[in-house]
Amino acid sequence: MLTKRIIPCLDVKDGKVVKGKNFVNLKTAGDSVALAEKYSRNGADELVFLDISATDEGRKTMVDVVRKVSKNVFIPFTVGGGIGSLEDIRNLLNAGADKISINTAAVKNPELIKKAAKIFGCQCIVVAIDAKKVGGSYQVFINSGKKAAGIDAISWAKKVEKLGAGEILLTSIDKDGTKQGYDLELTKKVSAAINIPVIASGGAGSLSSLADVFKQGRADAALAASIFHYGKYTINDVKNYLKKQGVEVRV
Amino acid sequence: MRINNKQTIAIIDYGTGNLSSVKNAFAVLRQDAVITDKPNEIENASAIVFPGVGNFGFMMKQLIKRKLDVAITKAILDGKKFLGICLGMQALFEESEESPKTKGLGIFRGKVVKFTSGKVPQIGWNKILPENKKGKQKNNLFTESYMYFVNSYYIVPKDKSIIAAKTDYNGKFACAVKYKNITAIQFHPEKSGKQGIELLRRWLES
Repeated sequence: MLTKRIIPCLDVKDGKVVKGKNFVNLKTAGDSVALAEKYSRNGADELVFLDISATDEGRKTMVDVVRKVSKNVFIPFTVGGGIGSLEDIRNLLNAGADKISINTAAVKNPELIKKAAKIFGCQCIVVAIDAKKVGGSYQVFINSGKKAAGIDAISWAKKVEKLGAGEILLTSIDKDGTKQGYDLELTKKVSAAINIPVIASGGAGSLSSLADVFKQGRADAALAASIFHYGKYTINDVKNYLKKQGVEVRV
Repeated sequence: MRINNKQTIAIIDYGTGNLSSVKNAFAVLRQDAVITDKPNEIENASAIVFPGVGNFGFMMKQLIKRKLDVAITKAILDGKKFLGICLGMQALFEESEESPKTKGLGIFRGKVVKFTSGKVPQIGWNKILPENKKGKQKNNLFTESYMYFVNSYYIVPKDKSIIAAKTDYNGKFACAVKYKNITAIQFHPEKSGKQGIELLRRWLES
């Protein structure tokens, strides 16, 4: 059986991990490679690096981070944040990233998904969707969740699948940062609507919230940041719990 | 960790980009490897690694354009140690549902077919289950372990005796084959953590 994936997410600014600074027992806080190695050792199934640099200079350092990580960490990792062109994608993949995730640029220019999938293979093109409940439906937001794109999230998910996305990274804006659990309704709706894997994101809190997103939300993978960074749970804690709950995981 | 460093490994590049992770994984084992698209470098190497990603038809076109189809076939027939990974495994068969008009290398009889249930592609860690074999065919390379997969297609060899391991994705499929000097695997050892590196080590030592 294919196992459900647990994916820690690292926010990187100007080449340094920013959410990791309170990480328990880690001397080299801020060092992306050390953190990535630690998570890999602790059983992370994949990693996501989200570049939150505000400047082009800051973003360029991401390529160096990717190069270093790929020399030391032998699990798959995705890089996202500010990726807008085929050239950006090529640079990151050539530096050693396994997948890249595109968000705002995909909404503004859906052809980018199609072209990127054709050139690099759909397996390395993740489309990130930031969704928020507005009225009775889920709407797509862009520009780090600040701007409504005027598109329904479910139909957008279907469209990006057709365009060649290999996976969807689905973040609930309503739940993100709340630790109140994932948006199960959103996750389930998207997962049922498409035939490519869905990585759920936003709201990871208690151990049961992780079991819920797999069992009720039908997610294929779950992304979490703060619960791991601040040492609330280790990846092993999460996986052992999930295993007891009957969720197939790699332990 | 002791490895026979006299091997010269050529990693075949047909232009789809990132092969550094395979090279990096060998570097952990202190084994140098050269990434190349030149038939003569393949000729000079003592072992060949062929990792493939993307589309079957596109790959075959690129191989032919660079005369790598001939170089790979020759290396295999010369008895050189060969490791095919992912699409580099599928290339060894006669044809693929992904590109029905394109012929594969045809080293093995059989074809490549698409998953018909579950989410496609299969992405993530799945358990490989070694086939039990005796005598000469004894399986020392594969152990029951989780490996990282990314695939929409899988191989169906005509000769079932070459199957070295299987994996269950809504039904069992062949994820590894072994025949004489040829080893081919559907999963990515270079992305399968410690277990994957160990598999590469065993392959180097084999």
